[in-house]
Amino acid sequence: LIHSRTEQVKLIDRFSTSNKSLTGTLYLTATHLLFIDSSQKETWILHHHIAAVEKLALTTSGCPLVIQCKNFRIVHFIVPRERDCHDIYNSLLQLSKPASYDELYAFSYNPKQNESKRLQGWQLIDLAEEYKRMGVPNSNWQLSDANRDYEICESYPRELYVPRTASKPVIVGSSKFRSKGRFPVLSYYHRDKEAAICRCSQPLSGFSARCLEDENMLHAISIANPAHHYMYVMDTRPKLNAMANRAAGKGYENEDNYANIRFQFVGIENIHVMRSSLQKLLEVSGTKALSVNSFLSGLENSGWLRHIKAVLDAAIFLAKAIAVENATVLVHCSDGWDRTSQVCSLGSLLLDSYYRTIKGFMVLIEKDWISFGHKFSDRCGQLDGDSKEISPVFTQFLEGVWHLTEQFPQAFEYNEAFLLQIHEHIHSCQFGNFLGNCQKEREELKLKEKTYSLWPFLLDEQKKYLNPLYNQDFSQKLVLLEPNTVSFNFKFWRNMYHQFDRTMHPRQSVFNLIMTMSEQNKQLEKDFKELEAKMKQRNRQPEELLTKEPVQSVHPASPALKTSPCFKKEQPLLPMNDSIRTIEGSNTADNRYREYMEELSKAEPAVVSLECGVARMTC
Amino acid sequence: MEFAELIKTAKVENVQLSCPGLPPIKGTLCITSHHLLLSSQPGGNGEPGTVELWLLIRNVDAVEKSVQSLGWYQSSRTNSSHQDTRVASSLGTITLKCKDLKVLQLEIPGMEECLNIASSTEALSSVDSVMMMYPFFYRPQSMKLKDGWQLYPLQHYYQQIASETGAWRLSCVNGDFTICSSYPPAVIVPAAVDDNVLKKAARFRQGGRFPVLSYYHKKNGTVMLRSSQPLIGPNRKRCQEDELLLSAVLDGGERGFVIDTRSAQAAKQARMMGGGTEPKSSYPRWKRLHRPLERGRPLQESFIKLVEACNDTSLSVDRWLSKLESSKWLAHVKGALSTACLAAQCMEREEACVLVHGAEGTDTTLLVTALAQVILDPDCRTLAGFQGLLEREWIEAGHPFHFRYAHSAYSHARLKQEAPIFLLFLDCVWQLGRQFPFSLQFSERLLLMLFEHTYASCYGTFLCNSEKERCLCEVKEKTHSLWSWLNQPSEWKKHLNPLYTYNALVIWPSVEPQSLQLWQGLFLRWIRSSQYLDEAWAEVQRLVTSHEDAPEESAGHTRCHSQPDAAYPLTITGTANEG
Repeated sequence: LIHSRTEQVKLIDRFSTSNKSLTGTLYLTATHLLFIDSSQKETWILHHHIAAVEKLALTTSGCPLVIQCKNFRIVHFIVPRERDCHDIYNSLLQLSKPASYDELYAFSYNPKQNESKRLQGWQLIDLAEEYKRMGVPNSNWQLSDANRDYEICESYPRELYVPRTASKPVIVGSSKFRSKGRFPVLSYYHRDKEAAICRCSQPLSGFSARCLEDENMLHAISIANPAHHYMYVMDTRPKLNAMANRAAGKGYENEDNYANIRFQFVGIENIHVMRSSLQKLLEVSGTKALSVNSFLSGLENSGWLRHIKAVLDAAIFLAKAIAVENATVLVHCSDGWDRTSQVCSLGSLLLDSYYRTIKGFMVLIEKDWISFGHKFSDRCGQLDGDSKEISPVFTQFLEGVWHLTEQFPQAFEYNEAFLLQIHEHIHSCQFGNFLGNCQKEREELKLKEKTYSLWPFLLDEQKKYLNPLYNQDFSQKLVLLEPNTVSFNFKFWRNMYHQFDRTMHPRQSVFNLIMTMSEQNKQLEKDFKELEAKMKQRNRQPEELLTKEPVQSVHPASPALKTSPCFKKEQPLLPMNDSIRTIEGSNTADNRYREYMEELSKAEPAVVSLECGVARMTC
Repeated sequence: MEFAELIKTAKVENVQLSCPGLPPIKGTLCITSHHLLLSSQPGGNGEPGTVELWLLIRNVDAVEKSVQSLGWYQSSRTNSSHQDTRVASSLGTITLKCKDLKVLQLEIPGMEECLNIASSTEALSSVDSVMMMYPFFYRPQSMKLKDGWQLYPLQHYYQQIASETGAWRLSCVNGDFTICSSYPPAVIVPAAVDDNVLKKAARFRQGGRFPVLSYYHKKNGTVMLRSSQPLIGPNRKRCQEDELLLSAVLDGGERGFVIDTRSAQAAKQARMMGGGTEPKSSYPRWKRLHRPLERGRPLQESFIKLVEACNDTSLSVDRWLSKLESSKWLAHVKGALSTACLAAQCMEREEACVLVHGAEGTDTTLLVTALAQVILDPDCRTLAGFQGLLEREWIEAGHPFHFRYAHSAYSHARLKQEAPIFLLFLDCVWQLGRQFPFSLQFSERLLLMLFEHTYASCYGTFLCNSEKERCLCEVKEKTHSLWSWLNQPSEWKKHLNPLYTYNALVIWPSVEPQSLQLWQGLFLRWIRSSQYLDEAWAEVQRLVTSHEDAPEESAGHTRCHSQPDAAYPLTITGTANEG
């Protein structure tokens, strides 16, 4: 499987000011680039993760090759011979930009699972179930068959929920008046408030065009909420952008033409602004020997945190309209698959504690992102194509969720590692879920027949993704999460953008400690129950049993724990089983990163080399 | 001076206290010599009035007042306060901005009363005489005077190093503070150097602060020294004794490092004023490194700007980042940590001795030597060890606490010598705690408590500028020590880090800007609601201590009015249940 092998390659530390390096061998396989250093540490890079390869000017020690990855890893190799470097460069250019879907890893990935298990995996998330959980269909909302064969909107799913009072001609008419046929449909139904989040694309209103069916459609949505006679229409774009669209025959709703709507712009920038904002952010964070002031001013100039705040503010507006005013909200942007997905999904997350569970979060992504046609393939640049279509829209969504987890540490069942792992896989093309741009395309690709679904794999290892502080009662007690979006609450997400720059992170993880502890507590309780049961069964003296039992205990830490009430003090520093930074080849079922974990656990005892950041001696 | 003269109105009824994030409270306001008290009126259900505010007046940094005539006032109020405004002819608002960064508002009926309260508070808070300060009047029943003052005897610490190495000796050359007024009576110096040499070397150093031992690194026997700048002057003076003293530190062919906390340029310019830095020619075995650290006015301004930015919650993200940047606070944190790492690196990695000094040797010098010890020495990372470190490297080493912490970030007074060097130190320790959450035995709570007590305290520990002044004021005889309060088992427990595990290793922090964080627990303590974070932290504690006794309290930063919290003697309610 190995395409090529190059010896004596140097891997340069990204932030080292003295160009500290490791020497090893570089292998190119069909799916990965692999570097094994002299201490046998392996670094795997999936070809699909490569965003850019750059060959720098020849130096005395060889030819530098810089690889930037979509998961924000940056590796800097020095290949001794220019010829080899050139070959690797060309191969990577080709391998990292597949021309067609069938070249993607998902079609060759084989975790050695039997067929029925694979199929079950695809059935794990069932959106019909999800709508049922929300409480639809009901007396106001029904399943529409209008798009059963994708006849009115190619980028929507087949199954759509609409107001009962919206007749088929109204639906068809409305879809013709909406960009890409994306007419208003139900995204989330709030059972208690009987209010709904609906989504669509911009109307083709131009300067004055009207569409009776579209007006009827909005009216139908409005009256599907028995409590209220007005609804909000949120245009998530900046007003200027929306107005400019009118010249192209698109635009936004005229309040005069629609009965009882309250129209609102929220000002989230478009995909191009977001792409260049992230670009600027990465330029700053990737600078060597960065000063605090250039970091902060770079962070400011990138505008990244301002955009994250805009998205969260919009989601809060949406959630409050529902929770406080009992009002239905219709959300759109231009095409209704980027900003609309962000705002609808984050808004739902604020309203419904189910989406703050592991399973619920998968459902949320399946619903608001995958099924409603967020163009994962284009936005993540999975195929060689138009680079202007690439944009970190989904990354921003994850970052919004991360900011919420920072403010509400007990409200989420999942942890940061879960968000990072999902981010890893929107780019990895290892599982079928995120391939393609819409459901229709996915069906044509026969993904459910040819690939695996990511979710069962994540569920299998969900232990890694559990938030040990999660409090179910806390999450359900609050009707609505109300994050404070004061500016100082927006922070640079180091664990995302520097996830592979180990020296920048805390050397000891509270999270892992607590995780281990709560696991140990559970194990202890289990042991205790087992012991109790055995005691009853055998009817022996308890002392005798207790002295014998630890020896047989399945849990190696238990004996020590049983004897010492303050076990934590006697344990060595925890091995850093840190999934945050072990998402190497993005192969979850794969044991490749075991090496990496061991390496990390060795490094864990506090001392970390000084190359990173600490002032160097100048003598 | 009598306090009574300063108190124009001792008691006002119907005063409303408000504080961000809490419902306002109405009650009777009293001023005593050292405290502002507000006791609420008996509750509707027959409950007796409770003390809602117990504020040490020394904690007040700025008093701002505004008086409105009733007519205007009433029309602009929400209907909730209508009935009460009827009785007063006018109503004034006093904003008390405290040194611990908390902001309180008092609405006082009556223009005269309002102005009196404001001016009394202002006068009492600016009493500058040490012996008039509250620690000299504070007599809690549960504690004995003199306890705690001998907890960390410097002599013991130094004696131990002397006996372990044989190369160092304890010198009482400064026994009567005549050689150096800011040094303690006992210092530790190379055994090979006698007191006469010390006396002469002292004359060659600013303020008499000749090089003394600050830290002995057991692992490899290297030492860290500190001093003030040598008085080289424009004529490039030399001092044989000073050179002898420094070369006595180095064995045979060893080389040492001088870390000067000023830029090379600034050190050179200092010669014009009689100071300077060790020239290569006279100290050939010492290699000089310059690491400019900000202190004095620029540091105070940085603090003021940061607090200003934190208090403006209306800022856009861009403005916030820009203000955070222009405050430069985090750059100072990075500078201090990097320089301390450099000193630690010289000792641990290069196995070389280090001398640290800036100009006076009482500010950035101590910042670097103290931080380097936290990084290198696991003993300094215990709660007892940290107290010892503060006692040794800050208090006895002559950091001018009285000058530096007379005013905090809100004061309108003309600044003299204020600069939050010690706060910067606490912030750096907090950063270490963030990066090594299991390696410090004490929690953030301790750091917050120390911050408060440096600015206003009922204990004598941070009074005065030096040991000499403390002797003159009889601080150790007439006030209680903070440490004896802290070392009571109940308090001790509250300041522990439940995640602590002894870590014998050096803790090298990352000083990349991406790794440094704004200390929200301090700078945003009174601004953001930390309820959910506190609850989460309580849950962490619960998980960790679930095998031990049930935890009785959370380590959250309470700021409530009604529940007395003995852990923060200076928070609103603090000392109420202690006296």
